Amino acid sequence: MAHAAHTDNDVHSDRPSIFNPWRWLNSTNHKDIGTMYLIFAIVAGLVGGGMSGLMRWELMEPGIQVFNGGMWGDAHNYNVVITMHGLIMIFFMVMPALIGGFGNWFVPIMIGAPDMAFPRMNNISFWLMPASLALGVLSTFVPGTGSGNGFGGSWVLYPPLSTSGHPGPAMDLLILSLHIAGISSILGSINFITTILNMRAPGMTMFKMPLFVWAIFYTVWLLVLSLPVLAGALTMLLTDRNFGTGFFDPAQGGDPVMFQHLFWFFGHPEVYILILPGFGIVSQIISTFSKKPVFGYLGMVFAMGMIGFVGFIVWAHHMFTVGMDVNLKAYFVAATMVIAVPTGIKIFSWIATMWGGSIRFSVPMMWAIGFIFVFTIGGVTGVALANSSFDVIVHDTYYVVAHFHYTMSLGAVFTIFAGFYYWLPKMSGYKYNSFLGTVHFWLTFIGVNTVFFPQHFLGLQGMPRRYVDYAEVFAYFNKISTIGYVITAVGVLVFLLMLLECFIMKRKAGNNPWGDGADTLEWTLSSPPPFHQFSEPPVFEDKGGH
Amino acid sequence: MSHAAVKHDYHLVNPSPWPTLASLALFITAVGLVIFMKGLVGDPLSLISSYFANEGAAISAMGQGSDAVQAALQTNADYNNLDAANKAALLDKYAGSKQWFWLLGKSQFLVLGLGLLSICTIAGMWWADVVKEAHAGDHTPVVGIGLRYGMILFILSEVMFFVAWFWMFFEQSIWNEARTLSTIPEVAEAWKSWPPAGVETVDAWHLPLMNTLILLLSGTTVTWAHHALQEGNRQATAIGLALTIALGALFTGIQVNEYGHILNHHAFGFGGENVGIYGSSFFMATGFHGAHVFIGTIFLIVCLVRLLLGHFTPKQHFGFEAAAWYWHFVDVVWLFLFTFIYVTFG
Repeated sequence: MAHAAHTDNDVHSDRPSIFNPWRWLNSTNHKDIGTMYLIFAIVAGLVGGGMSGLMRWELMEPGIQVFNGGMWGDAHNYNVVITMHGLIMIFFMVMPALIGGFGNWFVPIMIGAPDMAFPRMNNISFWLMPASLALGVLSTFVPGTGSGNGFGGSWVLYPPLSTSGHPGPAMDLLILSLHIAGISSILGSINFITTILNMRAPGMTMFKMPLFVWAIFYTVWLLVLSLPVLAGALTMLLTDRNFGTGFFDPAQGGDPVMFQHLFWFFGHPEVYILILPGFGIVSQIISTFSKKPVFGYLGMVFAMGMIGFVGFIVWAHHMFTVGMDVNLKAYFVAATMVIAVPTGIKIFSWIATMWGGSIRFSVPMMWAIGFIFVFTIGGVTGVALANSSFDVIVHDTYYVVAHFHYTMSLGAVFTIFAGFYYWLPKMSGYKYNSFLGTVHFWLTFIGVNTVFFPQHFLGLQGMPRRYVDYAEVFAYFNKISTIGYVITAVGVLVFLLMLLECFIMKRKAGNNPWGDGADTLEWTLSSPPPFHQFSEPPVFEDKGGH
Repeated sequence: MSHAAVKHDYHLVNPSPWPTLASLALFITAVGLVIFMKGLVGDPLSLISSYFANEGAAISAMGQGSDAVQAALQTNADYNNLDAANKAALLDKYAGSKQWFWLLGKSQFLVLGLGLLSICTIAGMWWADVVKEAHAGDHTPVVGIGLRYGMILFILSEVMFFVAWFWMFFEQSIWNEARTLSTIPEVAEAWKSWPPAGVETVDAWHLPLMNTLILLLSGTTVTWAHHALQEGNRQATAIGLALTIALGALFTGIQVNEYGHILNHHAFGFGGENVGIYGSSFFMATGFHGAHVFIGTIFLIVCLVRLLLGHFTPKQHFGFEAAAWYWHFVDVVWLFLFTFIYVTFG
C-alpha cells in the first residue's frame, strides 16, 4: 500500500496537553474520543468483572455465604449484581471498547480519512456513556422492590418483574439509562456509516476496505435498525409503570410475551453487534501475523453481511419456552442453524489464511488464535441450543450461561484484548512487554476456560441460572469455576501491570512494529499518529492484500 | 481549519462544549423525569410507608407534597384506629416537615424543567454554531453529502422506532383471538371480536380522513416551497413554507380535538380493564406521531425564520431539505397509521 508523504503533518504544536481537561471535554478528535471510550471500557470492565467476582464468591460453595443479609445485602442484591454485570459488560464494556474505541481510532485512518464525518456528534456519543452509566449505578442505590434497592430482574428486563415486580424508581432510572445508551449508539452508528460511505480516500473502493472497516460498517447498520425497537419497548415499560398503559399487563389484554419479542428483535442483533467488530479485528491480526492477505476476502465480507441479515430473523430462538407454536419453532430452529454457515466460512477462512503462512506467535496473534478456539466452542454449543427440543431442556440453565460466555466473555473479550495488543503501540507510541502480554494471555485463557467449561456440565445436570444458592450436587464444578475466576483475576492484574510498565518504560514503537504483514493505512503513520492525519488524502494503491 | 497544509474538503470541527453539556442536560432530564414520576426518595419515606398499601403508593403521595401525605393518612385504616392524640401528633409531624415536603413536591417539576430547558438551550447553541460554520464555507459539497447521509439515517432510525409501536398494534389486532385463551375470563370474553368489546373505534372517514388530506396537502406545499427556493423565488418559498406550517398546526389542533372527543365519550381510555391495551397502542402510536408533527412544525418554523434572514441560497439550503425530508417522513407514518389503525382495523 502506497501513501503520500506525511512529513509535514506530525505537528505536535497543535496537540493540546493531556492534562488539559478541555481537550477531553470539548474534543472533536476521533483518536481522543476513541481513547476516552477505551479508558471508559476498561473502568467499566473492572467494575463488571468485580461483580462476577462477587457472584463466583457466592457460588463457590452451596449455601449463602456472601449475600446473607450482611454488607453485600441479601439474595435480591445478588440478582441486582447479576443484572448490572450483564448490562455493564454489554453496554459499557464490549460496545464502547470495540465500536467506540477501536472503531473511532481506526475506521477513519484505515479508509484514509482525516476524522469522522461528524466530529462534534462523535463527542456526544461518548459523553452520553458516562451519563448513562451514572443513571445505571444510581439505580442500584434507590428502592427497586418493596424491600430492596436496585433492579434484580436480569438484563433482559422482562415484565412483570420490570413492571409490577419492581415498583420503585430503580427500574425507571435503569430504563432511562438504556435509553441514553441507545441514543449514544444510534448517533455513533450514523457517524460511522456516513464516514465509511463518504470519506474514503481516492482508490479506496468499498471492496478494498480492510475487513475491520467492513465489520464496523455491518455492526453499525445493525445498531441503527435494532436499537430504536428496543427504545420502543423500553418506552412501553416506562408508560406501563408510570402512566397507566397496559402493553404488558394481561388484565388489560396486554401481553408480556410481546416484550420478549420486541426485546429480542433488538437483543439478537445485539449479540452480533458485540462480535462482528471482533471478527474484523481477528481478520486483520491473522493476516498480519501470517504475512498473507486474508483468505477469501469477498467471502469474508459477505459472510459478515449474511450473519448480520440472518441475525434479524432468528430472535424468537430465545423464547422457545414461552409456549410457541410448533411450526414457528421449526422456522426459528432452521433459520438459527443457517447462521452456522457464514460463521463457518469465517472460521475456515481464518484457518486457511494461516495455512502456508509465515506465522509469528506474537501476543495479538495468540489472542486471535485463542479467539478462534473459544468461539468455535461457543458456536458449537450455539448450534446445539438452536434445536428447540434441546433448548427446552437446558433453557435458563448454566449450559446457556456457558454458551454465551464462550462467545462473549471469551470470544468478544479475546478480540478486544487482541485488538488492544495489536494497536497499543500505534495508539500510545510505546512498545509493551511481550512477556507480560503472554502471561496475561495464558492466565486468561486457562482461567476463563476453567470458569466456563464446567458450566456446560452444570447446565446439563440441570443447575438453573440466576439463583443465589444451589443443591449440594452442583458443588464440585462450581468450586472449579470459582478457582478459574481467581486465575482470570490474576490475569487482569497482569494486564494492568503490562499497561503500567508500557507507559513507564516508554520504548518507542516506530511507525510499524509488526513488519510487512501489517499493510493497512494506520501503519504508514507515526506512532502515535499526528493529531490530524491525512491532511492530504493518501492515494490508495491496491497490492492485492487487505 | 487553522491548519495550513490541509488539502481535503472535509470539515474538521473546532472543539465544542455543547456535546458534554448536552449529555449533562440529558442526565439531569432523566433524573428529573424519575423524580417527576416517582417523587424524591429519602428518609421521610420510612416514616410514612407503613401507612400505605405499598411502597409505591407512599413514594407517589410523598412526591405530591405534605398535603397529599396528610390527606392519604386520613383515609388510612391504621391511622384512623389511632387515638386522637396520636392522630394529632402524626399530622403535626408532617405539618412540621411542610417545607421539606413542599420542596419535594415542587422539585418534581423543577429538575425535569431545568433539564428540558437546558437541552433546548444547548440544542439552539449547537445548531447556531452549525449555521455559522455553513456561512463560513465549511459545508463543502462532500460535507453536504455527509449531512444528507446523516439525516437519512436519522429518519431510518425513527422509522424503526415506529416499527415497535406498529408491531404492538398488529399483534393485538391480527391475533385478537389468541386472547380468548386468557386465563382471565373477562379478557377472554372481551377479545372474541374485533374491535374488542368495550372499544368504540374512531370513524376513519371523519376527522382522520381530513387529517390525511391536510398532511398530503402540506406535502405539496412544502414541495412548492422547495421548487421556489431552487428557482430563487424567496417570496413564493415563504408562502409555501408558511402554508405548510399552518397545515401542520391545523393537523395538531384536529388531533387534540379528536383525543378530547375519544376521552370525553369514553370510546376507550389510555389504559383500562380487559381492553386497555387498545387505547394504550392507539394513543402511544398516534401520540408519538403527533409529537413528530409538532417537532417537524418547529423545524419548518426555524426554516421560515432562516429563510427570512436570508440564510438559504438556491444552491445551498440543506437545513430546508432536512426539514422537508422529515416532514415527508411524518406524512408517510401518518398514511400507515391511517391505513391500518383507522381503516383496516377501525
